[in-house]
Amino acid sequence: MMPPTAQYLTDFAYIAAIALFILSLKWLSSPATARHGVLSGEIGAAIAVVTTLFNPELVQFKWILIALLVGTMIGIRLGLVHMTAVPQRTAMSHAFGALAAALIGISEYYMRIPHISKFEMTEIALEVIIGSLSFTGSLIAAGKLQEILPQRPITYKGQNYVSLSVLGAAVVIALILILHPTRVYFFPFMVLISLIFGVLLVTPIGGADMPTVISLLNSYVGFTAALLGFVLNIKVLVVAGALDGSSGFILSVIMCKAMNRSFTNVMFGAFGKLQVSAAAEKEERTVRTASAEEAAAILGAANTVIVVPGYGMAVAQAQHKVRELYDALSKKGVDVKFGIHPVAGRMPGHMNVLLAEADIPYDRLIDMETANSEMPQTDVALIIGANDVTNPAAKTEEGSPIYGMPIIEVDNARTVMVIKRSLSPGFAGIDNGLYYMGKTLMLFGDAKAFVGDIVRELSGGAHV
Amino acid sequence: MPAGFITNLYVFVLAGFVGFEVIRRVSPLLHTPLMALTNALDAIVVVAAIVIAGRHGTALSAALGAIAVAAAFSNMVGGFLITDRMLRMFKLSGRKKQ
Repeated sequence: MMPPTAQYLTDFAYIAAIALFILSLKWLSSPATARHGVLSGEIGAAIAVVTTLFNPELVQFKWILIALLVGTMIGIRLGLVHMTAVPQRTAMSHAFGALAAALIGISEYYMRIPHISKFEMTEIALEVIIGSLSFTGSLIAAGKLQEILPQRPITYKGQNYVSLSVLGAAVVIALILILHPTRVYFFPFMVLISLIFGVLLVTPIGGADMPTVISLLNSYVGFTAALLGFVLNIKVLVVAGALDGSSGFILSVIMCKAMNRSFTNVMFGAFGKLQVSAAAEKEERTVRTASAEEAAAILGAANTVIVVPGYGMAVAQAQHKVRELYDALSKKGVDVKFGIHPVAGRMPGHMNVLLAEADIPYDRLIDMETANSEMPQTDVALIIGANDVTNPAAKTEEGSPIYGMPIIEVDNARTVMVIKRSLSPGFAGIDNGLYYMGKTLMLFGDAKAFVGDIVRELSGGAHV
Repeated sequence: MPAGFITNLYVFVLAGFVGFEVIRRVSPLLHTPLMALTNALDAIVVVAAIVIAGRHGTALSAALGAIAVAAAFSNMVGGFLITDRMLRMFKLSGRKKQ
């Protein structure tokens, strides 16, 4: 045990850290103050870490310092990734967070045995199970986002039963351990099975569901840290874990609503993939196409344009060309805004970061509700690399798998332009009726090249 | 039930509500930085890992502790770094960039 003075000092330092953490998140509410938030968080973390290094219980420092050094190097490496790689970096950091929490729980078990109460064992078992499954689950998510693993959902018959049996096995072992904590040989199996369950949990999930999965894993990792705070009786962990956990939880709920999934569906990880509608052959329908020159003429003559970007824009690395388009149109006095669907991109808010990186001012980025209220007064809605989030079937076709999903109602704009490689449907495999509407112009081609062509036409026209 | 449990439960419930109220005010614009920042804050588990790596104990627990220190600290460093990098990119239309 620590001497009382050292204990008070540690407690005061941790209380200061807690206050600074809450301020940190409060300042993040607006882009104007957000960077203060980072500073405040850094100061809080530094106070807590430095105070801990003076903990009189510590008897050796060599490994701590080496580990801090290694952590710094990995952290800098992961902190400098390209913005398009932020989703997989985030998944990796969830994996690291879960790994740290699980290892601490495992270490506590072996330290306390055989003096461990049923209650403590319950806390440790729960903490280690969630930590372990979040670790492997996050690694799989990172692998999918990095495209080391296939992005499409990997499913097989009876999958849910297999996954649930594995989870059940982990729970049974945990119960045995709670009743008989000294049966040490059971413990590694509980860890192993939880690790396997994490893999099974995320493997069936497709790339387009990643925003929800990442948010959910974020919430799991947060609650693991909070549980660890209970196990070790360290309140700064309880608070930081509760903050992280509730953040992940809120984002999961937002993502769920944006995909029109029920909350229980997500909580139990039973994401499944959207059922592909058994659509029969479609009758031949005609689409209107336009060239870059025609598109430039229409855009240049518009008063208001709302661009609706999707993940396809990021895949084509078109965001810098889109910025040039924004500049060219703004110079002509066109009011250009960007309507961003909550699930555009591979994690919450991803599209905003990519557009901000391309130097598009953030006051031009508007959310779905604002975009929808402005849409009827908008001359042109330009869709780049988005599909399902603009599909009117979500509002009109009750049988459609995406029925009820909130969309950006581009069909209310006077003219709709869609930049797309071909007429192939989106991830949900659903045909998009938008493409066949009379006011829609299809601009077939690579997003980056096509936007570049439009920009060239616009600036060519400006010279006269 | 250990005495500390109930106190921790109070702290957890209150922090959960504070978190909910604060985070729900974060603009959707900043949801990615939010996740990066909460990751960095969550990496405070490093303080527990430091104690486990450095206290008098078995070689196994010291080794697990050291790995946990490296994993958590990488999140702390990386999380703050990338949050700041992202936030620096968010500019208003008034200001001209070079």
